[in-house]
Amino acid sequence: MNPADLKYNKNHEYAKVEGNIVTFGITDHAQKSLGDVVFIELPDEGATVTVGESYGTVESVKAVSDIYATISGKVIESNTLVLDTPDLLNSDPYGEGWLIKVAADDLSPLENMMTASEYELFLAEEEH
Amino acid sequence: MAVLKRTPLYEEHQAAGAKLIDFGGWEMPVQYAGVVEEHQTVRTKAGLFDVSHMGEIDVSGNEALEFVQMLITNDVSVLEDGKILYSPMCYPDGGIVDDLLVYRYDSNHFFIVVNASNTDKDYSWMIVQAKNFDVDIRNVSDRYAQLALQGPLAEKILQGISNIDLAKINYYSFQHGEIDGLQCLISRTGYTGEDGFEIYVSPEKARQLWQKIIEIGAPEGIEPIGLGARDTLRFEARLPLYGHELGAEISPLEVGLSAFVKLDKAAFIGRDVLRTQKEQGILRQLVGLEMIGRGIARAQYPLQKNGEDIGFVTSGSFSPTLNKNIALGLIRADLAAQGDILDVLIRGKAVQAKIIPTLFYKRGN
Repeated sequence: MNPADLKYNKNHEYAKVEGNIVTFGITDHAQKSLGDVVFIELPDEGATVTVGESYGTVESVKAVSDIYATISGKVIESNTLVLDTPDLLNSDPYGEGWLIKVAADDLSPLENMMTASEYELFLAEEEH
Repeated sequence: MAVLKRTPLYEEHQAAGAKLIDFGGWEMPVQYAGVVEEHQTVRTKAGLFDVSHMGEIDVSGNEALEFVQMLITNDVSVLEDGKILYSPMCYPDGGIVDDLLVYRYDSNHFFIVVNASNTDKDYSWMIVQAKNFDVDIRNVSDRYAQLALQGPLAEKILQGISNIDLAKINYYSFQHGEIDGLQCLISRTGYTGEDGFEIYVSPEKARQLWQKIIEIGAPEGIEPIGLGARDTLRFEARLPLYGHELGAEISPLEVGLSAFVKLDKAAFIGRDVLRTQKEQGILRQLVGLEMIGRGIARAQYPLQKNGEDIGFVTSGSFSPTLNKNIALGLIRADLAAQGDILDVLIRGKAVQAKIIPTLFYKRGN
């Protein structure tokens, strides 16, 4: 269920690495615990994001959640489709529900992230 | 941490896969299938809510009518047996203790339904106010479970298992009857903007009743509904919520409840201040807001005009029925003109919203 080619963090966000381009998104677990996503705020192209800092918000009917950058860099693309169709985060979090693509300054923060199998262990532990 | 209270239907919610949250000290289902789907189910079919956390207070005695009349802002003297009245209950300064449903059995006996988180406060308040009245006031919340069946198919579903003619229970009326052979108080009331019933039953029978209604409603598409959708449903229908549109610092006249404040009836708590407010004009007014800019106005976000604070958001959400981001806000009355533009401060950023009528949804549209 959680794709093997992605990296994950404890805040239930994923990073997909292609060269120095990193795609950010939230995990299937995150979308399930949020419930129906009805609003998303993302940085514009050209904005910079900083590892560990909030780069936007995802809102469900009831709650507002910050989303945090997993690496630092410049935003090369924001997913405008999810801005208009926020429920893509519920229906396809690893596909059309991606959030932003960032040209990374430095890929080393990704080394601290979990693999899919590590993330699934983390989820299992979090249940208890 | 205090142990959360559970309703008699807790196991049903668990079995149905509900997400449970702490709601005013109660472990309650916030959603089952999802807030938006549940919301639509109630608007188009029927949904079943567990609202057993609500408080019930029984008022009886020779001066029960006089006492209730003094306690609340609405006029209970015109209420007939078997009828229900909605009313704010105010402090002497006009602030709101709570909002209530008053059921009249007869002139010596009333049944008052209050917000769950206010039950103890309301009960204590009533006891203090009753000292010069020949009345007996009892907090009977533990004796009742409450189920709400709401939506256009509610009557059709419930009639199949009722021994009384539900069509004869008019809006804001109640009757005692049997549902699936269980003794119930059946009231044509609700908190969703749809037709429907609120059903009071003894806690021991609540699970049987819940299971039976779900079973018999299944062919009609009934679903259990959580507090998440209860909030979006009531919000679209401009039904106020204590802690949002109502509170000790808010007057009922400010939030559009003047129809429930009868200044010309016999004396009641808060009358003098409310009368002065009416004569001099209220300083704040509840308005509807539709977001123009991108964002959702949430409760407590500041509202501004030209950079100046003019009020705050009381409730705000994505509206599943309108497919828009809307809100209710309490703002300076002199700036509350329909169509005017103001700013909602969303995480420090000013986002434009337009003032629109507060009644976002009315059934039959």
